[in-house]
Amino acid sequence: MEMEGGSSSGSAGGTQTHHRFSPMRSRAFYRFTQQNLPACKPVLTPGWVIMTFLIMGIVFVPVGLVCLHASESVVEIVDRYDVECIPEAYRSNKVAYIKDSSISKNCNRTIKVQKHMKAPIYIYYELDNYYQNHRRFVKSRNDKQLLYGLKYKDTSSCKPEESSNGLPIVPCGLIAWSLFNDSYAFVRDRGEMNVNRKNIAWKSDREHKFGKHVYPFNFQNGTLIGGGKLDPSIPLSDQEDLIVWMRTAALPTFRKLYGIIEEDIDADEIITVHLVNNYNTYSFGGKKKIVLTTSNWLGGKNGFLGMAYIAIGTSFVLISVLFALIHVKYPRPRGDPTYLSWNRKSNAS
Amino acid sequence: MPGKRRRALHLCEMGSFPCARPPPAGDGGGGAGYSRVVYCNDPGCPEATQLDYPGNAISTTRYTVANFIPKSLFEQFRRVANVFFLIVGIVSFSPLAPYRAVSVLLPLIVVVGATMIKEAFEDWRRKKQDIEVNNRKVQVYDGTRAFYQTEWKKLRVGDIVKVEKDEFFPADLLFLSSSFDDGICYVETMNLDGETNLKRKQCLEVTTTLHNECSFHKFKALIRCEDPNEKLYSFIGTMQYQGAQYPLAPQQILLRDSKLRNTQHIYGVVIFTGHDTKVMQNAMDPPSKRSNIERRMDKIVYVLFSGLVLIASTGSIFFGIKTKGEISDRNYRWYIRPDKSSIYFDPSRVALAAFFHFLTSLMLYGCLIPISLYISIEIVKVLQSTFINQDREMYCEETDKPACARTSNLNEELGQVNTILSDKTGTLTCNSMEFVKCSIGGVGYGSGLSEAEEAVRRGSQYESSELKDPPISSEGYNCAAVTRKSVKGFNFKDDRLMNRQWIKEPQSDVIQKFFRILAICHTAIPLVNNSSGDISYEAESPDEAAFVTAARELGFQFYERTQTSISLHEFDPNIGRKVDRTYKLLNILEFSSTRKRMSVIVKTEEDQLLLFCKGADSVIFERLAKNGQEFEAKTKCHINYYSEAGLRTLAIAYRKLSVEEYKKWHEEFLLAKSSVNADRDAIVDETAEKIERDLILVGATAVEDRLQKGVPECINKLAQAGIKIWILTGDKLETAINIGYACQVLRKCMKQIVITLDTPDIDALKKGENNAIEKALHESVAKQIRDAHSQVSVLKGSSGLFALIIDGNSLAFALSRSLENLFLDLAVDCAFVICCRTSPKQKALVTRLVKRSTRKTTLAIGDGANDVGMLQEADIGVGISGVEGMQAVMSSDFAIAQFRFLERLLLVHGHWCYRRIAAMICYFFYKNITFGFILFWFEAHAFFSGQPAYNDWYISFYNVAFTSLPVIALGVFDKDVPSRICLKFPSLHQDGVHNIFFSWPRILGWMLNGVCSSVIIYYFTTSAILQQPFNKDGHGAGTDILGAAMYTCVVWTVNCQLALCLGYFTWIHHVFIWGSIFFWYIFLIIYGSFPPTISTTAYRVFLEACAPSPLYWLSTLFVVISALLPYFLYSTFQRTFFPKYYNIIQSVRLENH
Repeated sequence: MEMEGGSSSGSAGGTQTHHRFSPMRSRAFYRFTQQNLPACKPVLTPGWVIMTFLIMGIVFVPVGLVCLHASESVVEIVDRYDVECIPEAYRSNKVAYIKDSSISKNCNRTIKVQKHMKAPIYIYYELDNYYQNHRRFVKSRNDKQLLYGLKYKDTSSCKPEESSNGLPIVPCGLIAWSLFNDSYAFVRDRGEMNVNRKNIAWKSDREHKFGKHVYPFNFQNGTLIGGGKLDPSIPLSDQEDLIVWMRTAALPTFRKLYGIIEEDIDADEIITVHLVNNYNTYSFGGKKKIVLTTSNWLGGKNGFLGMAYIAIGTSFVLISVLFALIHVKYPRPRGDPTYLSWNRKSNAS
Repeated sequence: MPGKRRRALHLCEMGSFPCARPPPAGDGGGGAGYSRVVYCNDPGCPEATQLDYPGNAISTTRYTVANFIPKSLFEQFRRVANVFFLIVGIVSFSPLAPYRAVSVLLPLIVVVGATMIKEAFEDWRRKKQDIEVNNRKVQVYDGTRAFYQTEWKKLRVGDIVKVEKDEFFPADLLFLSSSFDDGICYVETMNLDGETNLKRKQCLEVTTTLHNECSFHKFKALIRCEDPNEKLYSFIGTMQYQGAQYPLAPQQILLRDSKLRNTQHIYGVVIFTGHDTKVMQNAMDPPSKRSNIERRMDKIVYVLFSGLVLIASTGSIFFGIKTKGEISDRNYRWYIRPDKSSIYFDPSRVALAAFFHFLTSLMLYGCLIPISLYISIEIVKVLQSTFINQDREMYCEETDKPACARTSNLNEELGQVNTILSDKTGTLTCNSMEFVKCSIGGVGYGSGLSEAEEAVRRGSQYESSELKDPPISSEGYNCAAVTRKSVKGFNFKDDRLMNRQWIKEPQSDVIQKFFRILAICHTAIPLVNNSSGDISYEAESPDEAAFVTAARELGFQFYERTQTSISLHEFDPNIGRKVDRTYKLLNILEFSSTRKRMSVIVKTEEDQLLLFCKGADSVIFERLAKNGQEFEAKTKCHINYYSEAGLRTLAIAYRKLSVEEYKKWHEEFLLAKSSVNADRDAIVDETAEKIERDLILVGATAVEDRLQKGVPECINKLAQAGIKIWILTGDKLETAINIGYACQVLRKCMKQIVITLDTPDIDALKKGENNAIEKALHESVAKQIRDAHSQVSVLKGSSGLFALIIDGNSLAFALSRSLENLFLDLAVDCAFVICCRTSPKQKALVTRLVKRSTRKTTLAIGDGANDVGMLQEADIGVGISGVEGMQAVMSSDFAIAQFRFLERLLLVHGHWCYRRIAAMICYFFYKNITFGFILFWFEAHAFFSGQPAYNDWYISFYNVAFTSLPVIALGVFDKDVPSRICLKFPSLHQDGVHNIFFSWPRILGWMLNGVCSSVIIYYFTTSAILQQPFNKDGHGAGTDILGAAMYTCVVWTVNCQLALCLGYFTWIHHVFIWGSIFFWYIFLIIYGSFPPTISTTAYRVFLEACAPSPLYWLSTLFVVISALLPYFLYSTFQRTFFPKYYNIIQSVRLENH
């Protein structure tokens, strides 16, 4: 049933009178004050909903397929070496092994390449159960010192690695101190492969976060040696492994770029990795892996995004079908305000 | 032009005793509350300076320059959220802080700063006004022989000042003399009570001679009077002058902020200065009201606080456990040096470390508490109020008054109103009285029907029509422009009286007396239009103006009033032409709501002493003489008939006085008048009682108060919206019922339940002893209520509508403790309740009872001073800025010009504001929970060490930059349905009454939605972009990129979520929503280009890492869509398969287009 006309106050439109009220104001401003601006008023009708879901589904599934394809086209080889690289004799006490500097830490791993890998091939080390995002760890650095070196004196934020033997440390802080120091060399049948360790850090880090004239000083000179050492003759801006390490990872499992192999590796080729297993992840039970991967426009191998797009896209399509079915089966007469009056309505709280 | 505003109550005293003799000395004042002493014209004498009264400078500012900072800060930090953030800010300077202190303090500084600037601005405006007022010039007597100009602020108590025409009085003055010889002056008290009519003031006769500078040289007097108080209409004091004591009355007091009119100049003595003046004493903040939603919002903030504490302590417990494990052999995290740990991470003192971690977490998750919520709501409400004020459809052209939201706190409460308590006179009706009928000497005059009679006659028509179908009604007249009659306030048609035909009537002498009384017994002032010679009247109440006008129209033209006389042009039937007659005015016994009558005592030209009296019928009939009851039966019959027709009646009587009797009484009366103590009024009333007896009844008048335009339609709409309407009126039972019919509150189909004590058997009871009567009456009311209750409960649900009508006497018993619940149960079951014969206090009591017991929102609407209590008591007070004074408006929360605007105010603005505020608050919690919980998920993966996922500045900008404007747009502009639909489907209002937009399930649902979004954003983003090379160059994604990517998703998600729940998109919404998202990118670019020591992890993160990476964009799209999916799915399913009422209305609207 339709009710006609509203009330006297409702129907006395403002349009006839407004010019009298405010001749100076523009019509737009008038509409603004009367809350009558032109507007679109989206109402989710079943048709709209079905269409929206359908279109989103139709868009999402192909996007997912493309992503998945991109991810699949990446060749990725992961090799865990933290256990294998410890001699059998030390397997029961890995920590003692890794801490004993007199024992050689050399270790060889062989990797079989399944698919052709096109250069550039990126080498990563992957650490696990390693909290680079621990607040104490993250804060233990000094950006100004990294940029200005010894000229910048206030290094209290670097505690507990701000100084040793009464002298300041450059670069100070736990992050630098715990620098990852396993090293890898790759040998194929034809000979040793060239690993490029330049350009592995973000350009902005190299150029603006680490000083070009800041040299390591008094680094790893304390009683307790943490991770790797630095060559005091190379400025920080060129110590790219340090720069990569100092861009802290977000989660306790992370990969960091080690270097780049700039030659293709053919399928079924066997690569030998000569690695020096220096870094102590054994005291807290962290895994170490070496990762070789190619990359493409979407980065590396990660099926999640593609799968997720496909999954969501498919469910959109399903939802729209479901919606349509329910709607056809139980059409709801809409547009009839008498269908539900407040009283008949199931009372909302 | 503004309409003339008058008040019915508070009839001001005028020309009360024009006596020349000094009255006998009163008790001389003194005692508690009456200790003020003023040394006139000698403010510098030692005694006066000893008294140390404050100066005349005023300050209405809340702050001074010195105390602004501490005081306004104190005000700010009374809010628990602000205190929290202050503590967090202070603690953040310690190493506990998960991020830099400045980024915690910035949002707090912005929010507190903005509020303080607002306060300072408002206070500055007050200050400017104060300075202007304090520096106004006034002429003061210098004590020798001249007046000099000085500023108001330099006035002292006891100074003599000269005030010129159209100037404001600088302080409360004792009126000494004026440029008129008889010592009168006219004042306008618009600033005090909103009345524009002129009031006459009269000085003491002894001081009228103080005309010039010289005469003040020797003038010395001592005034003893009451202490400063806020009562505008009373003053008690005496003046000692030339060895005699003179009583002082309000007549001689000129109040600060009123204006001298129609008088060249006056002289006065300053009695009260500055903040002691009555107007300043009156300036008090109205009781502050808070809306339901705001109260519930506080609870939610507490819920969030406990949520904050909960997740912080969860984090701390895990942190403790993990840290303790750090030193175990298999789990030795050497890279964080547990052996050299600081106290905050010390594995050997885990409990302490966990406690410190708890503090850190409180800071970290501080963003769960929406710091900007309060200020956003304040901004939104102010803008909403502006829209209400600007609404053209609530603008009354006749009176040039727009609607006015006087407080902005209660906008959303309008949408939740469940019960309206309405005054009748001036609210439903115009309060512009028309003289329509009279009964003279037992003969009824006046043809024509009142509105109520017409409505009753049409009653059958309404009965058959549907409830929802408002009749097309042409009745209802514009209240201000009654153009259809040539004479305003006069709608009397009867050929027997008009055009001097009355002299041919058999009782022409009675008729003559009747109209003479109407022309004399009043306090109106004639205003002669010089050019045309027409006379109009300024009267205290519209009734009175109608009487004087009626008398004029029938040949008794009142044209001049002096202090001691009233002059008429009178038609003398004996001579057959107009003659001028002057009546010497001896006394005026004023009207008051307790006396319910007023009288004047005059001496005619024939030296006859007469008392004229008009008053409520019950009061007059009680005081009739034996020989004065000649017409009583017939008049009573007429009065009953008139009140049934919805008219206001007054009985008219007179009395002849003998000289001796008058003299004796007069002395007594003067004595009563000059007593200086608190119950003087009671004594005066008692004395007046002694002469107002043995009256001779002449007749009765009936004036009609027209219904305002659109009232029946508006009430109809409000009823359809499910709002209960109570009418609280001072009228008689019959009048009230008839008005009920006229405005369609009552219908023939309704069952009326009448509870009254005006029945014969009750009358019989009244003969007994006092206590017994009380008890019996109580019993009677209880019985009636119980009967009615059983009647209602039997029929409940079957035949529907009941209307309860109860009179004031019964109401007094019904509101007693033992009956109030029963009464309320009954009242709640009835669709309409009319309480008649209620006093202002009862109105407030009823309001309180309804508010307290139903726990629903009540709205009181009224226009007069008698409604003030009710307006302040109700959840929302709406004042009608109509014909009566401004007092109701001053104490109201909203002011509208006409009753019919209430419909739009409630159904449109109320609905919108309620929906907006509710949606806005829910959304606010949603966005902060989304943001805060992501931090928690991240922390859970960061050893629970309290490391934030984002850069410091992202966090601090979240509430103030990236999400603030869209939410304000939601709160200010959103609407689910246009106003037309709101009015067409009034049931939409029930959404607010049932509070469905702000119910706990809904609030918790939004919170749950926030948690869902946070889970989706965190896990999907990390899964999508971590581990594998982030871009083609093989760089991996660290905390910096993850932070930026997640934050991007958050900004997109919360803003798109807002867009999803908007029902109304204007360009403003588009600019705000998409602008906020865009601004995030801009911010990221700008912030990222700061040197890395400032921007740290955000350095070039967008331009270098994120923007070129397709992974970043693709994951943003995916994460945002999936984070929005739960809400979208829920709302579409709910809309389509379980639609709410407003959903249906929305789709109706869509189809009709």
